[in-house]
Amino acid sequence: MTTIEPRIVSAGTSEGAQELQPRSIVGHKELMRESGAVLRMSEADAAALADIASDPDEDQTMIINMGPQHPSTHGVLRLMLELQGETVLRCKPIIGYLHTGMEKTGESLTFMQGGTNVTRMDYLSPLNNELVFSMATEKLLGIDGDIPERAVWMRMLLSELNRMSSHLLFMATNGMDLGAVSMMLYGWREREQVLRFFQKVTGLRMNHNFIRPGGLAADLPAGWRDDVLHLLEEIPPRLEEYEVLMTGQPIWRERLQGVGVITQDEAVALAATGPILRSTGIAWDLRKDMPYLRYDDVEFDVVVGVHGDAYDRYAIRLQEIRESMHIVRQILDRMPAGNYRIQNKKVTPPPRGRIDESMEALIHHFKIFTEGFKVPEGEVYVAIESPRGEIGCYIASDGSSTPYRMHVRAPSFVNVQCLPHMMRGGLVADAVAVISSIDPVLGEVDR
Amino acid sequence: MSEDVTTQSNPVLVHGCPSETRFGQLVVHAARTNHLDVCRALYEDGYQMCVDLTAVDHLVHAQRSLPAGVTAERFEVVVNLLSLQHKRRVRVRTQVAEGETVASLFDFYPATEAMEREVYDMFGIRFDGHPDLTRILMPEDWEGHPLRKDYAQGRIPVQFKGAAS
Repeated sequence: MTTIEPRIVSAGTSEGAQELQPRSIVGHKELMRESGAVLRMSEADAAALADIASDPDEDQTMIINMGPQHPSTHGVLRLMLELQGETVLRCKPIIGYLHTGMEKTGESLTFMQGGTNVTRMDYLSPLNNELVFSMATEKLLGIDGDIPERAVWMRMLLSELNRMSSHLLFMATNGMDLGAVSMMLYGWREREQVLRFFQKVTGLRMNHNFIRPGGLAADLPAGWRDDVLHLLEEIPPRLEEYEVLMTGQPIWRERLQGVGVITQDEAVALAATGPILRSTGIAWDLRKDMPYLRYDDVEFDVVVGVHGDAYDRYAIRLQEIRESMHIVRQILDRMPAGNYRIQNKKVTPPPRGRIDESMEALIHHFKIFTEGFKVPEGEVYVAIESPRGEIGCYIASDGSSTPYRMHVRAPSFVNVQCLPHMMRGGLVADAVAVISSIDPVLGEVDR
Repeated sequence: MSEDVTTQSNPVLVHGCPSETRFGQLVVHAARTNHLDVCRALYEDGYQMCVDLTAVDHLVHAQRSLPAGVTAERFEVVVNLLSLQHKRRVRVRTQVAEGETVASLFDFYPATEAMEREVYDMFGIRFDGHPDLTRILMPEDWEGHPLRKDYAQGRIPVQFKGAAS
């Protein structure tokens, strides 16, 4: 057996390659890494599992690259798969192709500008990103209890509509990945309806920067209620169509049931959150378990699965669209009147009308937008439930108007670690279904 | 779980480490040498999920407020733990000087695999016992650690083949 030397990279770092190494180098260790720690496997067990490694014929297995340019990888996710025939033995996700240093950029943007940065991380649920960043900033400012009721309910409305649009897009991509191309068109069509509402409210389809520290950028436009009611009327029959097209269809079930199974212990150990954790039967939803905004005032169910497979994750997301609509209906009934942002001169610019009358207001407005507002020293971690799981924002402030350190705990970044566990022993054709069921957004994986 | 020390309203010591409550969140200040032991003890207290692990470079912000008995170092490794049963969070902050290594939490928190790699990649903090400590976001031949405070923004020239600089 010839041994292949690990590639040593000479420039500056000598940490070696990020890539999946041939079994002759790391067979046993790699297995320990992938399953040993999670399954509490002893070294001997892992060695027994790794029997294939002692196979003298290296060409029994093959390492192939899937991605980064592969339509099913949701952007630029690259997987190195070790295959034996059609069976996936090992899998290693390689990320970073979309890394643009957004956390570093965040350190030079004021708290006022920060929203434009974080909204681009998880570009399928931008409003949730803005929300968590704003909530962290407000906590540092000590104004988190003073946000006007209308702003809180508006935030909830937008957050839930965003969850719907994100899950509708999941329906589309999941269908596309598995060959249900008509589903792709339907999913995009319904999502576009939600985005049209966002465009009317925020001016943009995506990357809104609408939820800001202290409240929101503007009030809801005239006629918003009718638009939401229209959405709530349009989407339920479409979901029924999805049920006919996919849920009830034998091919669809065959492709998803029992594929990409993850156990409760694995999911918890790997800190998987969102539909992945719930698919194993753990009813963990931050909206219910650590309520923020006014989620403790509205009624909704946390949808859980049983088997922890790709089908459960699909079914959970489909049902979560309905739950979100249920919440939106309650929000429509209870939307209070009042201010859409806090009337605190420190963080809120003066209204447009005042600027024409008062020199001081103009200076104040100018100061807030050029220098930003100063945020007291401290550090805080705030987490909310995004469509993909727990999105957290850790901000350390040194008392200036820019965050000293701004870190976003991206759910996809952590969830992608589940891939090796879900894929082990599965078929390479199922790999596509498994990636799709994680619903990763590479923008937030790489940040 | 009656002996869970973290349930006390404002505990001074958590597993022998100074602690404080910030914005209603429990923060434990671990020393570099007992980072692993404190996290393991919290794991056994029921904090079975390591939600987040990150770091902060305090190079230009050395005079931050820390409880008595904690010596400020350049780096701080911040671990956010979550207990699903008790619906509670705890944050462990560990002071790490430049060039020092921290024990990896991978043994009982496998989720830290990617997170510790990210911290290593961005800050250059090495984790002992991590199974595969390589760069994760930056190219593997990259020089420097971008989120360090002495790593200026825009210092790296953008490289396009044949373009005038």
